[in-house]
Amino acid sequence: MSDGITATAEAQANTALDLTTLSVREANRALQSAKGGAFRLLNPGGKHALACGLSQPVSVSIEGHAGYYCAGMNQRAEVTVHGNAGTGLAENIMSGTVRVTGDASQSAGATGHGGLVVIAGNASARCGISMKGVDIVVGGDVGHMSAFMAQAGNLVVLGDAGPDLGDSIYEARLFVRGAVARLGTDCVEKEMRAEHLDLLRDLLARAGMQADPAEFRRYGSARRLYHFKVDNAGAY
Amino acid sequence: MCGIVGLFLKDAALHPRLGALMAPMLAEMTDRGPDSAGFAIYRDGPARPTLSCLAPEGFDWPGAARALADATGAEVGVERISDHALLRVSGDLRAARRWLIDHVPQVDVLASGEAIETFKGVGDPLAVARTFGLEGRTGTHGLAHTRMATESAVTISGSHPFSTGPDTCLVHNGSLSNHFLLRGMLEAQGERLQTENDSEVAAAFLAWRMRSGDTLRQALEAALKRLDGFYTLTIGTRDGFAVLRDPIACKPAVLAETDRWVAMASEFRAIAPLPGVEHARIWEPEPGTIYTWGGGDMAKAA
Repeated sequence: MSDGITATAEAQANTALDLTTLSVREANRALQSAKGGAFRLLNPGGKHALACGLSQPVSVSIEGHAGYYCAGMNQRAEVTVHGNAGTGLAENIMSGTVRVTGDASQSAGATGHGGLVVIAGNASARCGISMKGVDIVVGGDVGHMSAFMAQAGNLVVLGDAGPDLGDSIYEARLFVRGAVARLGTDCVEKEMRAEHLDLLRDLLARAGMQADPAEFRRYGSARRLYHFKVDNAGAY
Repeated sequence: MCGIVGLFLKDAALHPRLGALMAPMLAEMTDRGPDSAGFAIYRDGPARPTLSCLAPEGFDWPGAARALADATGAEVGVERISDHALLRVSGDLRAARRWLIDHVPQVDVLASGEAIETFKGVGDPLAVARTFGLEGRTGTHGLAHTRMATESAVTISGSHPFSTGPDTCLVHNGSLSNHFLLRGMLEAQGERLQTENDSEVAAAFLAWRMRSGDTLRQALEAALKRLDGFYTLTIGTRDGFAVLRDPIACKPAVLAETDRWVAMASEFRAIAPLPGVEHARIWEPEPGTIYTWGGGDMAKAA
């Protein structure tokens, strides 16, 4: 397969990998060994770990619903799911872009260090949990405990956020256009300054989302959980 | 981890294919629960009061049926399938169930009702489905479960579904942390539990609430307050089913609906082979929210 992959860009543009005949491992091996080009993953049928561990600038179109851990550990690749994605979409993404045209299940973008995750529909619970630098843009709502222990990066939500948004957050920025059911511990609303409006405008443009940055509110860490309080020493 | 699938057919033209549609769904969930499996089918056609029963190999089913008939005055027919038997009872089904539990301790009464038939076993889920002929079964709706045991032993009777009353049953993915305390409370209220399984406690809890006059919805609202732990529950009723996830919602669930069917599964891949799935509305049920399909006896499931 790898010999075929190094052919011309034109030939690669039509490379179709059909999961009714290939195993997920075979398809992933083909994607991981490609140096570039465009691929279509056909008949994904909700299978797990599709397009995982990609490290080269390949483009992958998953034509249907994906299961768990789709596009995990992504680097440089552009992966688009034309459908919904299961638990752990783009988990630990390092760079590149992962897009979903439908909804994503829980823990989308979990622990991501970089890159961009775009979910056109809703994301469910724990979206961006422990995010470490990734940018996540959600066209709809996010579920409870989103951005839990978020450390760096940006979460943009065009809809509403469920309860306990940003619980125990460190330094990530959270932008929500709709209602927040309840802020998590140590998460507070913050002033939206010009630099944040610029940042948000850029994120929305990169995500391909139409929205006015002025309609969003910004949330972040109150930084009360950073340090051990000596008053609590007696508890140990 | 466990796997759940449920299929509710809106289009009667699909009734003959219920089991054939469900078998691949169950098989797809094998790696979520490879140690045991079970399923409940709601037959179409006229009501046929039935006790779905399990007993050890070599059990004297004709003798038990005769004794049951003598004791209760009901006519009892026996249809044996492997270590299960469907006892067709023309008479008081509740009395027959109670008599069997009280007098024949080798028998586990898995389900009772006019439409429900329940089968369960240990080992490969597809083998369990084959043993009990899932693929050829017809009906209006059904639930199935693949189990990866965490809270109690891998036994046939510890497999799901668990009965929650006439023509109702429950399958569970998750683990309850307060099942021991709840068990004591339920036994004090007169519930008879037949296994050490935490999911059976959830079933008995719903049975107790509905016996006390709750609708299924009210019983599930009470469950949200009293069950502590992780759960995605799917409950079958005579003419529908209900889905409930705990408020933390770690345990997965996907719902899909078309004009012809409603499907529930732990993961989408179990729904993927259904006809017309490409046009289905697909969504993830919200935490702590009760979803129901079907009407009629949903209001008064017990």
